[in-house]
Amino acid sequence: MAQAEKEVLIAVDGLRISATSDEGQEIPIVKGVDFQVHKGEVVALIGESGSGKTTISLAALAYTKPGLHFAGGEVRLHGEDLLTMAPLKQRAIRGAKVAYLAQSAAATFNPALTIGEQVTESAVLHGIMDQASATQRAEELYHALELPDPDRIGHRYPHQVSGGQLQRLMAAMALCGKPDLMVLDEPTTALDVTTQIEVLKAFKKVIREENSAAIYVTHDLAVVAQIADHIVVLYNGEVMEQGTADQIINDPQHAYTKRLMEAVRPRPMAGMGTEVSGDHHRDIDNLEVRAMTAGYGGLVNGEPKFPILKDINVSVKNGHVVGVIGESGCGKSTLARVMAGMLPPARGDIILDGDTLAGSLQERELNELQKVQFVFQMADTALNPKKLIGDIIGRPLTFYHGLKGKEKHQKVAEILQLVELPAEFASRYPMELSGGQKQRINLARALAADPEVMLCDEVTSALDSIVGANVIKLLTSLRDKTGVSFMFISHDLSTVASFADEIVVLYAGRVVEQGPTDEVLEPPFHPYTRLLISSVPEMRLGWLEDTLQKREMAVGIARGVEITAKGCPFFNRCPQGIKGTCDEQVAPLLKLNAGHEINCHLTLEQLNQVETETRLALDGAAA
Amino acid sequence: MMMRMVLQRMGIGIVTLFVVSVIVFLMTSILPGDVANIVLGQSATPETLAAYRAEHGLDRPAYVRYFSWLGDMATGDLGVSKAGGATISSLIDSRIWNTVMMAGLVALISIPISILLGLWAAMHPGTWLDRGVTFGTLSTISVPEFFIATILVLVFAVQLKWLPSTLNLTGSETWLEWLRKLAMPLLTLVIVVSAQMIRMTRAGILNVMSSPYIEMAILKGVPRRRIILRHALHNAIGPIVNVIALNLAYLVSGVVIVETIFSYPGLAKLMIDGVQTRDLPLVQACAMIFCGTYVLLILIADIASILSNPRLRHPK
Amino acid sequence: MTEQIVTPSPTQNAAAAQPKQEEDVLAKLDDFAELPDAAPKRKLRLSWVGKLASLVVAFWMVLVVIGPWLAPHHEMDMDGDDSFMVAHSNEYGTFHLGTDYLGRDTLSRVMYGARNTIGIALLSTFLAYLLGITLGILAAVKGGWIDMGISRVNDAILALPAIMLGLIAIAAFGSSIPILIATAGIIYATSVFRIARALGQDIMVQDFVEAAHARGEGIWYIIKSEVLPNAAMPLATDFGLRLVFVVLFISSLSFLGLGVQPPASDWGSMVRENLAGLSGGIDLEGNTVISYAAIWPALAIASFTIAINLIVDDISARSGGSLAQKMI
Repeated sequence: MAQAEKEVLIAVDGLRISATSDEGQEIPIVKGVDFQVHKGEVVALIGESGSGKTTISLAALAYTKPGLHFAGGEVRLHGEDLLTMAPLKQRAIRGAKVAYLAQSAAATFNPALTIGEQVTESAVLHGIMDQASATQRAEELYHALELPDPDRIGHRYPHQVSGGQLQRLMAAMALCGKPDLMVLDEPTTALDVTTQIEVLKAFKKVIREENSAAIYVTHDLAVVAQIADHIVVLYNGEVMEQGTADQIINDPQHAYTKRLMEAVRPRPMAGMGTEVSGDHHRDIDNLEVRAMTAGYGGLVNGEPKFPILKDINVSVKNGHVVGVIGESGCGKSTLARVMAGMLPPARGDIILDGDTLAGSLQERELNELQKVQFVFQMADTALNPKKLIGDIIGRPLTFYHGLKGKEKHQKVAEILQLVELPAEFASRYPMELSGGQKQRINLARALAADPEVMLCDEVTSALDSIVGANVIKLLTSLRDKTGVSFMFISHDLSTVASFADEIVVLYAGRVVEQGPTDEVLEPPFHPYTRLLISSVPEMRLGWLEDTLQKREMAVGIARGVEITAKGCPFFNRCPQGIKGTCDEQVAPLLKLNAGHEINCHLTLEQLNQVETETRLALDGAAA
Repeated sequence: MMMRMVLQRMGIGIVTLFVVSVIVFLMTSILPGDVANIVLGQSATPETLAAYRAEHGLDRPAYVRYFSWLGDMATGDLGVSKAGGATISSLIDSRIWNTVMMAGLVALISIPISILLGLWAAMHPGTWLDRGVTFGTLSTISVPEFFIATILVLVFAVQLKWLPSTLNLTGSETWLEWLRKLAMPLLTLVIVVSAQMIRMTRAGILNVMSSPYIEMAILKGVPRRRIILRHALHNAIGPIVNVIALNLAYLVSGVVIVETIFSYPGLAKLMIDGVQTRDLPLVQACAMIFCGTYVLLILIADIASILSNPRLRHPK
Repeated sequence: MTEQIVTPSPTQNAAAAQPKQEEDVLAKLDDFAELPDAAPKRKLRLSWVGKLASLVVAFWMVLVVIGPWLAPHHEMDMDGDDSFMVAHSNEYGTFHLGTDYLGRDTLSRVMYGARNTIGIALLSTFLAYLLGITLGILAAVKGGWIDMGISRVNDAILALPAIMLGLIAIAAFGSSIPILIATAGIIYATSVFRIARALGQDIMVQDFVEAAHARGEGIWYIIKSEVLPNAAMPLATDFGLRLVFVVLFISSLSFLGLGVQPPASDWGSMVRENLAGLSGGIDLEGNTVISYAAIWPALAIASFTIAINLIVDDISARSGGSLAQKMI
């Protein structure tokens, strides 16, 4: 209750921000928003795209993106309105009193200046400290943020450090001038889950140590649960609901917040796998790759110059959904491209319904192409902007099945209905649809081919959570209605677990574990699978702290993914790695029940033992 | 990495020069048909044609002729002009320095003016002065060089009578007289070249100005001056050097027109005379000099942009 | 986590306060009411400068077609009272803009000249586009050796100033209108090639083209239905710029006496022919005055090329300016 007396740091009062259209009309973007940030408090602005959350957060710096302007209201910092302040005074506040952290650190660091100069620039320019003490403070921050080589990293250039490091360096840049308030705009959205934890941890730690207040902008409720004290839920430029983190997470009142919570997929765990209905089941595998190696840049001694995948065995059974999970760069998209024939493999076989397929598109028969359809991640680029929806969906109908005229027209309408869109969309251009609708068209085009297998590459990654959840629902109903098999690729384990009945875990171009969803999500785990599972943020307060107690977190997260020539690729991140064995020899295959396979040097007993230890450690920490 | 890219680029430059020489040779010696016929004209008898061919080795196969021509070029033996029989190297020697001097002066004047104006316009986008500069330069690059020259003659020579409209260089002028006579061609070229350079500088800076790191600098409270001079200019130096080199290359075509209008005794005028009299060896030689310079300047532009790329300058 | 007292604020617990609004929100979500990512297709909108410029271009285009019928005199009739004379009338008619160095009507020659100058430039530009786009798209789609071969030759030609190539070509082949069109067409085809190839390559790596490949579509379908529709607009803008370059190129050659040959009227040659008039015109009383016979065709060129550039400038959005305005 002590915090109730805390001083109000920034008060946003009836804030309105508008855009001006080409015709000179005012288009309201933010429609009267009120909230407050107290000293030492983290306030999260949560909402989907178009909610105005970034625009509102920038108002704390008296800034609007080009094309927007303040239309009314006040933003008072220490009681003084920022919006009506003289420009020079506004400038004096930016970077000194209020600091900003952007979503993409890679773009916000100037490539031509050293990191050190950029980190200290604001503090020195505002006369908060001289260059020497600023540099010293920066080095302290590098230590606090657990950056490697903290004494020298300031002399490097932005392109010389990794993405996760840059993200933390940006925090150092914001904190260097000891601001009263930090504005963090989706700072972990572009990162892999295992990197995200590390960055979240660093942010939380420095925010606490510096006793700085923060506005944290995000669309991810689970992330918010870890870091925020107070949550403001936004939709379409208006506040739907606000309250303490505890109240919003555990007892949401507004229907929109409830919708948001529903769209958060549950934590992946055993018992989530779905069963295939019997009538679609067949004995023969639908699509399969055997001992497949692939990469780019031509072959050198029979191996690809830039290898991506090595000795992969994966099969998609009839009517099943195989989820492929892994972090960026693990080769999951490449796997689908090889299956679709877009990238001929260097070695190995691709088998469709028992027949071996040619590696390249040109050599495949038309009916083979028709049976395997690839769905691209970004509907924006996957749909030709100059073609009508009707033509986009109609083309496979004509191309594979020779449909024309009225027949084709009718079928297009049917397919649109199947993806739950109105038939009149056929006469629209892709640009006239929303992101979710475009993704449905993208799926509809693949469906129009009447395929046996659909290879879906991160089809929900670019979508907002509610829209993404709807697309998953649609996919589930499509599977039930059509009996089509899916390979579903994602970096998000929760999404995969909620839809797939089998899971393939890829790491650095190799399969480390695969099997039925329920088996893969149940111990024993491959050490990497466990890292992945424990990295998925839970929508519960205090999850971050709990997770960091686990021992794999200490070892596993700081290092990058490397595609190794020999041994197990996970060796350098594995808390149980056996030196001399794991880094030298290819991991053997542990066959467990129901087709569950783990590629690991550890024995089943060793894998199980870790599980018990972790549980004990966690219980100890909780007590 | 960077060294390799520079060397690679230089390699490409040398290859380009070779291809250029092939193109020039093909167009002047092979494609037109019988060179002897063109040079000697309609009055030539079969005997004189045959004699000409034998004398100039035109009866040899094309590739042999090409390599012997290239060898001659490389050793400074540019052949004999059709008109008057003077050696081409002596003709060029008397003219080339006039052209180099004029181009040099133009560069000296226009580079600082253009960069300052371009920077200035980019720093104040949307103001009336910026719009004025944008419109003025756009208009200038949209019109032919002779349009500018004609208007200048009309204003300064005919109406104001400040400057002479033709040169009549005697070789005995004092510096001041010489500058006064040269003022009009210089001014024409400066206007033409600067317009292009201002636009490209402005566009280059504005392009950098739209990057997220500039927005970040604004949000850090960095003053405008420092944003331009430290954040933007550092990234725009490459593009600007590129602009300068490209525009010096652009001068190559500018001098052709200006030397003709003002009867300035430079290399370009010599070449135009050669084209009019279809003096092919002379055209070949002049073309190779102009094209060589042009290729060289483009090469410098490319290397400058490689050298100014921070990613290449500070490798991982 | 310590418990906190929620700051009271007007919109606090909007759910309770505004049940109506809540229904609206949910209704929107259920009806696929997410907003489209971009505004629906906008019509091309020009500023007043752009509109004015379009009028100027339209005016000259009309003259290209019907100029000779509108002209009060024939381009070659030496009807005027004297050369370089100011505006006057005689039994052959009125000379609104005076006469040129041979006593011909300047206005009529400017009107005829539109056909030669713009007409030849248009033909050359079309030729350049035919060559450039065909080869450019071919290189982009086929890639490999075909691309390498065409691109190397193209780069070499592109590495030379256009006027130099023009001079060499005219020295070699002499000057005639077909030679002019062919020369300009080939020279400017190189830049069209570069743009078409770059555009083609950009589009070829788009997912929708890859989707067509994966479907098993043939190369012609991909070019016709996927690549060309997306390249059309940028190429149209470029056509304007290219046309300006070609007009400048041809009139410069004409100005040097190496382009369109007399007595045909062409704006470039007209400027050259009448330069002497700047200080040698005569008025009705026989006094020496300035004759603008060289200025009118020069203005004609300038109005046409500036107008096209203004339109192109208007269409292509200016970037970066908005952020620079935010600096303090």
